[in-house]
Amino acid sequence: MRVLALAGRRLAASLPTLVLILAGMFLLLQLAPGDTVDALLGQMGGGGDAALAAELRRYYGLDLSVPAQLANYFWRLVRLDLGFSAIYGKPVATVILERLPTTLLLMSAALSFAFFVGLVLGVLAARRVNGWTDTLISTLGLVFYATPSFWFGLMAIVLFSVHLAWLPAGGFEEIGAGYTGLRRVLDIAAHLVLPTLTLGLIFLAIYLRIMRASMLEVLTLDFVRTARAKGLDETRVLTRHVLRNAMLPMVTLIGLQAGTMLGGSVVVESVFSLPGLGRLAYEAVVQRDLNTLLGIVFISALLVIVVNFLVDLVYARLDPRIGAGR
Amino acid sequence: MKRFLLAYLKSPPAVIGLVLLLVIVAMALSADWFFPRDPLSLAGRPLQWPGANPRFPLGTDNSGRDIAAQIFHGARVSLLIGVVATSIAVGLGIVVGALAGYHGGWVDDALMRVTEAFQTLPNFLLLLVLVAVFGSDITTVTVAVGAVSWPAPARLTRAEFLSLRNREFVQACRTLGMGDARIIFREVLPNALPPVIVYASVVMAVAILLESALAFLRLSDPNVASWGNLIGLGRDVLRVQWYVSAIPGVAILVTVLAVSLVGQGLNDALNPRLRGR
Amino acid sequence: MSGPVLSIRGLGVRLPRNADRSHALRDVSLDIQPNEILCVVGESGSGKSMTASAVMRLLPANVAIDAGQVLFGGEDLVQASEARMRALRGAGIAMVFQEPMTALNPLRTVGDQIAEMFRIHTRMDAAAISARTLGLLEEVRIPDPRLALRAYPHELSGGQRQRAMIAMALALDPKLLIADEPTTALDVTTQAQILALIKDLQRRKGTAVLFITHDFGVVAEIADRVAVMQHGLVVEQGPASEVLHAPQHDYTRALIAAVPAIGAPAPRPVSDTNILQMRGVEKTYRTGGFLGRHARVTHAVRGVTLDLPKGATLGIVGESGSGKSTLARCIVRLVEPERGVITLDGTDLLKLRRREMRQAARRVQMVFQDPFASLNPRRRAGELVAQGPMVHGVPRAEAMRRAKELFALVGLDPAATDRFPHEFSGGQRQRIGLARALALEPEVLVADEPVSALDVSVQAQVLRLLQDLRVRLGLSLVFITHDLRVAAQVCDLVAVMKDGEVVEHGPVAEVFRAPRHAYTRALLDSVPGRHFAGAAPA
Repeated sequence: MRVLALAGRRLAASLPTLVLILAGMFLLLQLAPGDTVDALLGQMGGGGDAALAAELRRYYGLDLSVPAQLANYFWRLVRLDLGFSAIYGKPVATVILERLPTTLLLMSAALSFAFFVGLVLGVLAARRVNGWTDTLISTLGLVFYATPSFWFGLMAIVLFSVHLAWLPAGGFEEIGAGYTGLRRVLDIAAHLVLPTLTLGLIFLAIYLRIMRASMLEVLTLDFVRTARAKGLDETRVLTRHVLRNAMLPMVTLIGLQAGTMLGGSVVVESVFSLPGLGRLAYEAVVQRDLNTLLGIVFISALLVIVVNFLVDLVYARLDPRIGAGR
Repeated sequence: MKRFLLAYLKSPPAVIGLVLLLVIVAMALSADWFFPRDPLSLAGRPLQWPGANPRFPLGTDNSGRDIAAQIFHGARVSLLIGVVATSIAVGLGIVVGALAGYHGGWVDDALMRVTEAFQTLPNFLLLLVLVAVFGSDITTVTVAVGAVSWPAPARLTRAEFLSLRNREFVQACRTLGMGDARIIFREVLPNALPPVIVYASVVMAVAILLESALAFLRLSDPNVASWGNLIGLGRDVLRVQWYVSAIPGVAILVTVLAVSLVGQGLNDALNPRLRGR
Repeated sequence: MSGPVLSIRGLGVRLPRNADRSHALRDVSLDIQPNEILCVVGESGSGKSMTASAVMRLLPANVAIDAGQVLFGGEDLVQASEARMRALRGAGIAMVFQEPMTALNPLRTVGDQIAEMFRIHTRMDAAAISARTLGLLEEVRIPDPRLALRAYPHELSGGQRQRAMIAMALALDPKLLIADEPTTALDVTTQAQILALIKDLQRRKGTAVLFITHDFGVVAEIADRVAVMQHGLVVEQGPASEVLHAPQHDYTRALIAAVPAIGAPAPRPVSDTNILQMRGVEKTYRTGGFLGRHARVTHAVRGVTLDLPKGATLGIVGESGSGKSTLARCIVRLVEPERGVITLDGTDLLKLRRREMRQAARRVQMVFQDPFASLNPRRRAGELVAQGPMVHGVPRAEAMRRAKELFALVGLDPAATDRFPHEFSGGQRQRIGLARALALEPEVLVADEPVSALDVSVQAQVLRLLQDLRVRLGLSLVFITHDLRVAAQVCDLVAVMKDGEVVEHGPVAEVFRAPRHAYTRALLDSVPGRHFAGAAPA
């Protein structure tokens, strides 16, 4: 109950943030040269017809004043109407919904990979601080952090797809193979291995560094000394007392990094031609489909807010001090 | 200062980082001297492997341009974007964070809402929107990278200010009758700055990565020799001539690594408490 | 059973090479008999805590035992294997630490952490363990033991947490209990309870206790025997009565002489004119609460009315949370009270605008508690002192010259003005803070726990300096402290605060000799070793 109330409050507090983002985005797009109608006419080829343009503008409500358009825009969003994509010829909401599952799958896979491997490596490094394991792991972390994800993706394709031919170079699944059931799951999994590694790499580096630092920090705290004075061996000191405390900053980080990860998926999905939200955003920019772009921004912001909500729940479960009114 | 320098130089990774960074700076400075021609002009037969032709030690790309020249000139672009965007982000972040942290109350609330809005938005997505709206020449891209990177330094500065604000030495200044502006800038800021300066290295690393990703997607300025551009170009010939993408990628990796190592070295040297840990 | 429980023989502990001395402990020999409390007393850096860590073999990584033996029941712990030590820790030798706030894992319940003792050292089943845990919590007289069992550490008060720590330490009836400053972080009334509890449990169970403290009052309260440490050496040891009343070593004598007596010195005549008057001062804090729900109102200061006569020292005493520090901050307007009047020589300070207040700031100055946090680490000491006058328009050169004079006045080397704060010791830093406050030539000095972070010998020096300056400069002092001994020594008048209210005030001799309010009596009764005092302070 305490946890839910707290998370609910946080959720309510993020509403103004969302409004702020959307208003900002909307105004930003007002500055953009050309509007939906221009894009539409461009798509239809030619487009010199001023009367048709005016007609279309009236149809889309683009002839109204900026505040009125903003009000309209918010009203449509409340009804979850994200507008119409001139490029794809269907409602933006539909386009986004088709692409969302791929991105969610990729993100959860990358997050789990980064979180757990980062956790394990961070603990290993902290256990033998300044020893050779620590040096190796820390160096690896630094290199991973410095590696541009798209480049890592390309090199992985060269090695694993072109030379070794172990894994597919791109796509979400084997189109036309007609796999079903478990076979299809395995096929998708094979396609997602490289994208997951690519997207997760930088986060792995971040998590391992935070986990190491956090472990070292917690190891200096008084209750660890208490645990040792009780006669616990080092392994139990770590598992029973240090680990959970050291994980708290990692959990916070998931929320903070949710947005960055979504941003990263733009690049990764482009490298591996995955039909996800990120690739859609890229296409929208290239094709100047601002309606779709704005819709993606809206959905991404929602997604980040939801992730943060979940993170708050997890955090509050891990830390009894949260919401105790301190 | 001297003690700080000694502490910095005692750490081998920090020294390696500094040397690497100096090499990259040297590359950027000497680009015009080694490669006086436009790095984007046709230099020879396309797709020559590195070492195949002594004139092109790193080979040529699919348009027949000298890869080595692009790497040297690209160092300029990366460093320039890194430094300028970082200055924008950190400068903005410090001002916002300092105001929010020192004043608290509604100023803090309002500024933090805006910061939160920026953090809720995936930064790369915001970067795409900015580029889509304002175009993709190098100045716009630099400013845009800076504009999406300021929330983290702002939060850090705010946290520092919040913890310093109620420290007894700040209270002592108030009991002496000192004005707010003087307390913020002369007393608190110098104490809040070191962690923010260290964090600037992270911002710079991310800025370089962001620009290269943008260039890779061909959404950055196509008229400058950017490492990201070259990787994007090399993608078309990835299956066989993978070196076209591989070489500039290594350049980015080394640069970001150098910046991170220097940042970490600064951090360790500025926090003697953590030394030897 | 005969012979000592623990016998430390010629123990040496080596420090890392870059430390300020080569050994933390040198040739330390101590014996602890069964059913005896041995107090190891010393100032910071004396090696008293290091002795405890060495016995437990829980030394920091770069510190090692390099000589001697630690015999526990005849077994040399210096030579024992790590596995053997783990079996002994908790079961044979248990430990209680200073900070009850941080010594328990914040993410696990108190009951779970106590039960862990049984889980690692015994083969008891879960039901038996939980029954024993509850029994322990009852034994340490924690209020509502069933609730405490399931509580997280943050849900308990400091005293309750320390009780839980003691319950945990005594879980397996260890032969030896090491208590490392177990009451230092606690308020005086809680301290008295915890001391009584330790003594009571120790007598009933016959445990030997190695009790580490810096406080001679505590020693007088609890010790059977005393060992005095200085710079890693045991300079004197013997039965408590002998060491306390007939100390042999110079250092012990100096330490004991620095302990102020609780009985106040003869009262000085106090002026009839009041320089500072407080009338009905109120300050409340509102915390938490979204849209007014669950909002909590804390009355930090409630209707305080007090007078400070010219040239006198008004002590404000109370425990943490009593509002004494908030009141001090109200006087210098670091905190804005909601109601009330504070007049300085006829001017109502609370009515002043910010600009006017900045001008008036020079007339009331403050000395802070923490000698480390109260000086900006990035400014030179002289600059810190010169800053105040410079803010009020004194040219820099003139202000720096004044700073040197002030340095001499507070007993610092005037040549030290261009050093940074971290190059000074705690006591010296407190002198810099004093010089900074005096630089503006204030009429009233508000001192917020100015000596509580200092070792007792340094404390005595700073208090003497403060007294001396008050007389020489004609200052009036508001002196905030939690330490009744200090209050008795320096104050003319004293006000006792509890929960934001002044429950009793008057001349210090009267209040301390014949307290009228029950709380004042409780406070006075709680002062450890209240009948003990060193040689009458000068």
